Amino acid sequence: MPDLTRLHAHEMAALLRSGEISARELAEAHLAAAERDNRALNAWLTIDRARALEEADAADARFEAARSEGGSALRRLPALLGIPVALKDLVSVAGGQCTAGSRILEGYRAPYDAHITERLREAGAVVLGKTNMDEFAMGSSTEHSAFGPTANPWALDRVPGGSSGGSAVAVAAFHAPLSIGTDTGGSIRQPAALCGIVGLKPTYGRVSRYGIVAFASSLDQIGPFARDARDAGALLHAVAGRDERDSTSSPEPVPAALDTLPASDDQAATTLRGKRLGMPREYFVAGMEPGVEARVREAVAALEAAGATVEEVSLPHTDYGLATYYIVAPAEASANLARYDGIRFGLQRRDGDVLANYLATRGAGFGDEVKRRIMLGTYALSAGYYDAYYLKAQKVRTLIKGDFDALWAQGFDALVAPTSATVAFPLGARLDDPVAMYLSDACTLPVNMAGLPGVSIPCGLSDGLPVGLQLIGAAWSEAELLGLARGYEAITAGADWRTLEPADLHRASDPAAPTPGARAA
Amino acid sequence: MATLSRSDVEHVAHLARLGLSDAELSVFEGQLNHILDQYAILAELATDHIAPTAQTIELENILREDVVRPSLPTSAVLANAPARDGDFFVVPAILDER
Repeated sequence: MPDLTRLHAHEMAALLRSGEISARELAEAHLAAAERDNRALNAWLTIDRARALEEADAADARFEAARSEGGSALRRLPALLGIPVALKDLVSVAGGQCTAGSRILEGYRAPYDAHITERLREAGAVVLGKTNMDEFAMGSSTEHSAFGPTANPWALDRVPGGSSGGSAVAVAAFHAPLSIGTDTGGSIRQPAALCGIVGLKPTYGRVSRYGIVAFASSLDQIGPFARDARDAGALLHAVAGRDERDSTSSPEPVPAALDTLPASDDQAATTLRGKRLGMPREYFVAGMEPGVEARVREAVAALEAAGATVEEVSLPHTDYGLATYYIVAPAEASANLARYDGIRFGLQRRDGDVLANYLATRGAGFGDEVKRRIMLGTYALSAGYYDAYYLKAQKVRTLIKGDFDALWAQGFDALVAPTSATVAFPLGARLDDPVAMYLSDACTLPVNMAGLPGVSIPCGLSDGLPVGLQLIGAAWSEAELLGLARGYEAITAGADWRTLEPADLHRASDPAAPTPGARAA
Repeated sequence: MATLSRSDVEHVAHLARLGLSDAELSVFEGQLNHILDQYAILAELATDHIAPTAQTIELENILREDVVRPSLPTSAVLANAPARDGDFFVVPAILDER
């Protein structure tokens, strides 16, 4: 039996059904890896061994019952039964800590399950624990976590990207085959790119956000990380769909194709034939690393060789995306984060009257980046500035969305672009320059502004660090995007870089390894 | 576009109910002005006749039956309260006794 942590979720599912492995063995193997590496990586804020083993045993009981019943009962079992999953620490799990990476929520225990937690429970997935993140999902490096930065397993002195850095590292470092992140401006796709895995940001409204700590409500969306397209599709399939407790979740049907991407490489490769892809020239920005551009252009050439046509296209308002995003998202955040008042839950600091308590609690509980965003958003919404900033940004948002709509109207199946202009950057490199950090998401945030799905898939290495290829589609086209991703995996299945594991992963298991915080200092 | 003075920064912090130290106010004054400089690019675009976008997917109002359903028990809601008294959250008095 190979190392169970190296299997893809669909391989685990087959072995669980045949009885060759148990869910408990799977959980034990992944828990051991997560516990062993967490000092060096700091990917996890909570590892709940007891609960995970309980859920694994329950999954094993369901397999046992189905096996004694016969073949058709086994086939009816949900795809994720017994599969280990990691959750970003802003997903509510009843009774469990949920910090959103913030001191202000340290010790807070969620009183109920998020919608996606309920769905994962029904599917029988085994939740191993909660992962590190930039505080309230504000950041592109996971360095803004109140609980210390996360390290990238490809180079322990570099960031994993963010804000869902812990979830990306958990999957890249083989602590779980699947994890959940959220993406408001690139917080799934950018860390997926920097960690060399698959990360999908679904269409706005695809997944209910009930029970998720809110950041920017017109942009936030939940999505999967995985080590291949099939697994990402299976996880999205399990959590997607209408939920009446989130009024922005859509009744749009969830396609079965998400869960049935082709297993055969030959079949997957044929899906690329005749596809019409656009390559937006504005995404090949000044400051893009040559190695990143080279890998992305090689990937585009490979797609063409497999029968897709690729045309250079224009998204003319791309350069306005950053300013637009950094008005809209902080404005919404400033409203959402007003709830942290030190009265009903979370940190409380007493300093006199009600107003003094608010000032003391929020001043002590929020980190620098969250304070900056609340300040920006409060200013953009304040009397006299609303029209100049927030309303203006919402109008430019219309133009950005219109750029994409024009390409869909011309019949493009998807767009191909870099996910990030750079590979993983050193810990601390952008921490003192907020604008430099914000520019990390220049290639991802227009997709959120337009509400579209986008997926980042690995397409090779530059200087030994992963490069991500971003595929962007029309609303509700996640299955088609993952079909393209699966096709690209098929045509690059023999590539040398596909066989490589994160270069520094073996160093993460050293019990004397410095923590990421110590490395950064 | 506008530039934030030190007193503007203090005013915004007060509106946002953030208690900031002098050192934080100084750092934020520089950083927020640098970020606001990035917003200036938006002035290049003529948007007088462009409708604002508040949400990106076309959803009609979705209504549900107006029926009473169970909510969380009081004990669960109060479990995270930093200070409670029976079934109440405790806050400083906001009215003086006369």
